[in-house]
Amino acid sequence: MSTTMSKLTLNTEGDTHVVVTRHFDAPPEAVYRAHTDPALIQKWLLGPDGWTMPVCINDARPGGKFRYEWVNGKGDGFHITGEYIALDPFSRIVHVERMHLPDPTPENHIETRFDPDGGGTLMTMRMTLPDAETRAMMLKTGMEHGMEMSYVRLESIL
Amino acid sequence: MSTLDSAFSALSDPTRRAILARLALGEATVLELAKPFQMTQPAISRHLKVLESAGLIVRRADGTRRPSRLAKPGLDAVDLWLNMLREALTRNYDRLDQVLADIKPENGGTIR
Repeated sequence: MSTTMSKLTLNTEGDTHVVVTRHFDAPPEAVYRAHTDPALIQKWLLGPDGWTMPVCINDARPGGKFRYEWVNGKGDGFHITGEYIALDPFSRIVHVERMHLPDPTPENHIETRFDPDGGGTLMTMRMTLPDAETRAMMLKTGMEHGMEMSYVRLESIL
Repeated sequence: MSTLDSAFSALSDPTRRAILARLALGEATVLELAKPFQMTQPAISRHLKVLESAGLIVRRADGTRRPSRLAKPGLDAVDLWLNMLREALTRNYDRLDQVLADIKPENGGTIR
């Protein structure tokens, strides 16, 4: 729906940043929990239709690790690993992650903020890739993988 | 379907996204595309037809070859990646809206 899609903004900043904003009709506590509770994450962090997340391991505390595994039921799959750097319930999460294709991509540093917005929440997610060269390399790696595996999930660096 | 809808629909298939990613590196024939994908040429041709209908690629005649290239020169790898990211995030957050709506009543609006 166009009304739903229009809620999302996605912009690049310089060569290494991507900034995403989205409003949710729920308080920051709920949105924060949906980003840290594995049982809730498995319900929505799935990307394009057809994918599921059979493995969702998540230790949501500073220094804690997480691992998300996705499959599409057609023999394709990949996973992401990451570590939490900082968690400020219910306003901010800072973490790093990399995608395994199966070789790991360079690290993506992500700060996610949950700010009160009317009766709901404005989420602001700011991704920082190491540098423009690394980002170019990451894209190239993803493409080569896509050619080998008949699929590309470049978007799933999220 | 609008052009945008058909473009999104075309981009929803992982093989077609991979084909676009390959074409971002330069023009390619069906034969050249089929090999790395380990798919038959008819299967690749079907995907190319969808991409062509969506206005994402154009094909030119070169004797018996019909090499494909990206329709828009500006449609580079970063744009492709951002489009895929936008598509994935849109799907994710639409689902998250539903998750949030579902958990609200159970917890009386307060989540702890």
